[in-house]
Amino acid sequence: MIRDPKDLKRYNASERANHWVVGISFILLALSGLAFFHPAFFPLTQLFGGPVWTRILHPYIGVLMAVAFLIIFLRFKHLNKMTPADKEWLAKAKNMVDGNDHDMPEQGKYNGGQKVMFWALAISMLLMTLSGIVIWRAWFHLPVDIVRLGAVVHAAAGATMIGLIMVHVYAAIWVKGTIRAMWYGTVTRAWAKQHHRGWYRQVTGK
Amino acid sequence: MSMQSQDIIRRSATSSLTPPPQVRDHKLEVAKLIDVSICIGCKGCQVACSEWNDVRDEVGHNHGIYDNPVDLTAKSWTVMRFAEHQDEGGRLQWLIRKDGCMHCADPGCLKSCPSPGAIIQYANGVVDFQSEQCIGCGYCVTGCPFNVPRINKEDNKAYKCTLCSDRLAVGQEPSCVKTCPTGAIQFGSKEDMKLVAEDRIKDLKERGYANAGLYDPQGVGGTHVMYVLHHADRPELYSGLPSNPSISALVSIWKGFTKPLATLALAGIALGSLFHYVTKGPNEVSREIEEEIEREDKEEVK
Repeated sequence: MIRDPKDLKRYNASERANHWVVGISFILLALSGLAFFHPAFFPLTQLFGGPVWTRILHPYIGVLMAVAFLIIFLRFKHLNKMTPADKEWLAKAKNMVDGNDHDMPEQGKYNGGQKVMFWALAISMLLMTLSGIVIWRAWFHLPVDIVRLGAVVHAAAGATMIGLIMVHVYAAIWVKGTIRAMWYGTVTRAWAKQHHRGWYRQVTGK
Repeated sequence: MSMQSQDIIRRSATSSLTPPPQVRDHKLEVAKLIDVSICIGCKGCQVACSEWNDVRDEVGHNHGIYDNPVDLTAKSWTVMRFAEHQDEGGRLQWLIRKDGCMHCADPGCLKSCPSPGAIIQYANGVVDFQSEQCIGCGYCVTGCPFNVPRINKEDNKAYKCTLCSDRLAVGQEPSCVKTCPTGAIQFGSKEDMKLVAEDRIKDLKERGYANAGLYDPQGVGGTHVMYVLHHADRPELYSGLPSNPSISALVSIWKGFTKPLATLALAGIALGSLFHYVTKGPNEVSREIEEEIEREDKEEVK
């Protein structure tokens, strides 16, 4: 039963499934990756059947995430081109964080912050994939200097990515009415009008 | 495999604030001294190593050089490396170096290892792999400045010379030392070995090797396997022995202070988000806009 048939469709089923594949693989990768990131997190290996299984599984989950991420990236990259309105939004982002979003410039499907997040995650994912291949000893044998660089890049990009996703998740929790877009794909018209007025006009013709 | 040696001074992936059992601290630092100038390249040490440690490497192929096997493997913990060198006078020298773990005072493998207790350092200086804790990630290979550890394909564990830690524990010298027919490998306290080396170097200098010297590289805090070299000014002549080895700067960044800092930063983001929510409140859809849309709907119905 749909509560309001006039709700706006933000994501179709395939996009949602794609996002969940990325999300689940990210959570598994973050937990298993942190286990090797710092000894304080080493007990997380118990979630994966012990440290050896964690070492074996982590890179394969990484391949899954890299593929799923690439698909989602290609799907959404045209919607994440930076515009002057985005730059204006970013300049005023402090007000937004402060809880005052009255005089934010009108935004399309994604605002400037979301676009920065999109590209930062894309760069992190690229670095993670390349450096991950370099340090995956089960399959690759590269010169030690490159492996050392790969280890540093993998750890740095991994920590960055976990930080970015924490912000991504918090933003969705903070802005009420957002998370349903990830679950069943729709948002209310009021939500769209408030947060993404440009997109609201585009889909409703108002 | 709890040997309860109680003389472990360092344990991988463990904070120095929670030290391993080390009450038996009255231990001499030991060292193996390899006098390259006396070595005849008989490979007795290679055989003794595989005998004592019960490792049997695959019989390899002749590669046209004396090195056999050509490289360290998970089952060849020591190999003789043969290098031909022409000195200034045009004389050919055969520089034979017994390669293997150097047992660094500041071990790059131990620093890199993510598995608590998979690599330990004893009070006597021996760096040992505790294979049942090894997870096969190969980080020790990434961290080692001497390219020593090898991952065994059959069990995915890292292996290297143990300096016969099992023999040392019962007061015996390493098996390679015991077997060496020329006395080119000696074993004792590190201090004693330095004295032995001093004598040898003096002798070599008298015989025309002006640059003879001891290889005990300080970049890794000194090692517990030392070489007497005729050309100590050019260690790389000896099949690429690094002239100034140290833990790579990349490894130090990777395993140094950056990770605790990054962990704090992540905790900061999590707590910052929580307190942002609590202090600023959620960002809700304004009642005003909701009413606007309700009004539009009613107008449409009319």
